[in-house]
Amino acid sequence: MLTNIPYQNLFTRVQPVGPAHDGVELPEGNSPRTGQPFLVYLFGLLGNAQLGPIYLGGLGIVSLITGTLAINIIGFYMLASVNWDPIEFIRQLPWLALEPPHPKYGLGIPPMNEGGWHLFASGLLLVSVLTWWARTYTRARQLGMGTHVAWAFAAAIWLFLVLGLFRPLAMGSWSEGVPYGIFPHLDWTAAFSIRYGNLFYNPFHALSIAFLYGSTLLFAMHGATILAVTRYGGDREIDQIIDRGTASERAALFWRWTMGWNATMESIHRWAWWFAVLCPIAGGIGILLTGTVVDNWYLWGVKHGIAPMYPEVLGPAIDPATLQGAKP
Amino acid sequence: MSFIAKTFSPLVRALSLGAVLAGALALAGCERPPVDTTQQGFRGTAMQQTDNPRLLAKIVAARPVPPPDSEPASPDGPKAGQVYQNVKVLGHLSVAEFNRHMAAITAWVSPEQGCTYCHVGANFADDSMYTKVVARRMIQMTQTLNSAWKDHTGQTGVTCYTCHAGAPVPAQVWFKPAVPVRNVSPMLGNDFGQNKAIPSIALASLPYDPYTPYLLGNEPIRVYGKEPLPQGIGTGATIQQAEMTYSLMNHQSKALGVNCTFCHNSQNFAGWIPKKVTAWHGIQMVRATNNDYIVPLTSAFPENRLGPTGDVAKVFCATCHQGQNKPLGGKQMAKLYDGLLAPPAPPAAAASAVAAVAPGAARAP
Repeated sequence: MLTNIPYQNLFTRVQPVGPAHDGVELPEGNSPRTGQPFLVYLFGLLGNAQLGPIYLGGLGIVSLITGTLAINIIGFYMLASVNWDPIEFIRQLPWLALEPPHPKYGLGIPPMNEGGWHLFASGLLLVSVLTWWARTYTRARQLGMGTHVAWAFAAAIWLFLVLGLFRPLAMGSWSEGVPYGIFPHLDWTAAFSIRYGNLFYNPFHALSIAFLYGSTLLFAMHGATILAVTRYGGDREIDQIIDRGTASERAALFWRWTMGWNATMESIHRWAWWFAVLCPIAGGIGILLTGTVVDNWYLWGVKHGIAPMYPEVLGPAIDPATLQGAKP
Repeated sequence: MSFIAKTFSPLVRALSLGAVLAGALALAGCERPPVDTTQQGFRGTAMQQTDNPRLLAKIVAARPVPPPDSEPASPDGPKAGQVYQNVKVLGHLSVAEFNRHMAAITAWVSPEQGCTYCHVGANFADDSMYTKVVARRMIQMTQTLNSAWKDHTGQTGVTCYTCHAGAPVPAQVWFKPAVPVRNVSPMLGNDFGQNKAIPSIALASLPYDPYTPYLLGNEPIRVYGKEPLPQGIGTGATIQQAEMTYSLMNHQSKALGVNCTFCHNSQNFAGWIPKKVTAWHGIQMVRATNNDYIVPLTSAFPENRLGPTGDVAKVFCATCHQGQNKPLGGKQMAKLYDGLLAPPAPPAAAASAVAAVAPGAARAP
């Protein structure tokens, strides 16, 4: 046992190096793995030093082609929007976007330069994401694993589908989709909240945030706990689900001492998985209800007693447009 | 399996140093504390105006110092309209007051060019210079701003200097942007009139001309849902309309050097507080000013003063405010100049000056 390795460090300081491993034999009907594996020291600082081989397969090829096409359509559209000027493209890249169609087109097919490219890129992206999902499912099955990764990914795809497909369909307009751009999608988000009376009063938005921040808290607690007991073999946490050693005992005792209760080597991973997937699931429900079922979340909150009408501490003020004889 | 334990601390150290430097660079755009915060609304609503006194000092220092105000002259004696020819707007002032006004306007608008920026040197009554025609109309505009729009201009008031600040053309004006060639191409690259790094809308990735629909036209600015539940799906404002409004609000925020909570309880943007009422009157005022006074002068201007689509330079919030929530820090210059406070002369007297104008275009609800 390598008890002299300084495992408790926050950063990886030791890299085990050995012959690159090709992985298990694949059964009939599977395409061969691609690439000669090799080691990269810098990769080893962050994860495994070994790069490749990769399993491509039919799903992987479709996913990569459609995904690359979608990203290129978005990129070249942005480049065209600055008149093919590469310097302006780099300078303004965070501002540029491929915008959804104008509302006047509803659910119809707009001309390519009027949002058609947005629909086309969205369709390609959808194929790419769904084939990649199928790939995570079939590869997990092939390795005899559970399909937890695929279903966690499906939770993210749910939010993606709500934003780009389900909600625009429910609202009757492709213009409700999200622009593809760095700042534009953020400004879209803020405009969305303003339009629908402050998304912070949307309970599903609140749940989503709770799971998001909860995920970071759980991740920090779990990562820190395991790093702190690796010197006692705590890094073999999966073994210790059924065969608790001193690392598990110490970790459990630490949390019972500090907060009275503890997760286990098994349950902490269920906590993490559920918090992570519930973040986009709850968020997607909140987005889907916005504009379709609720038009102003603040007023909805007031109606249901979860938000106050604030007192006029700055003196009374009323909408001047409602005054008798108002100028305009 | 061979097993080699290595440590690469020099490289790790170099990488850590790089990360620290990158972090420092990322923070370089931040303002250093302390900042001043003033509570603007009910406790717990985060309604506070945050000012950085160092940045405010820079904004003030960057503006030219207003010329000293002269003391009002005697209102007695013959009137300017009786002594001088072709005085159409300020004829009711005494000659001494009239001359004081003319001197002040020169100091405010054309301090380097002098009287002959607007007047033909040999005959001051001559109307052949376009600048004089424009200046006369601008005096009437100032009178209207100080009398009909007190809900917005208040005690501070407006003089030529508020916008001009010593320059013949105010520094902050707007034109309709030329439609990018890519927007009319059948292929790709349509920017939908947004997503460019434009300072006047605070560098937001939002529509870069929110002025034409709201400060010239009368498109509805309010986009939020008026009832908790939808009154028919898809009947309310679209996201695109919300982005247009948001862009106008970004301009106001940037122009006044304030954050959203200066005028809004951000819990409920639709609610009303007194400062939002002032801003509402400001939007109506700017729209009316553009339609009643600025746009009708378009044909008076030479081509080099017009924008890319041949439109005249128009006003928006930044034209007067220029980064301060009260123009010139609230300095009350206008009250010293009677000619700028008085309402426009009765229609009979001003008819010839207003002939080219179609007033009331902006006053529709």
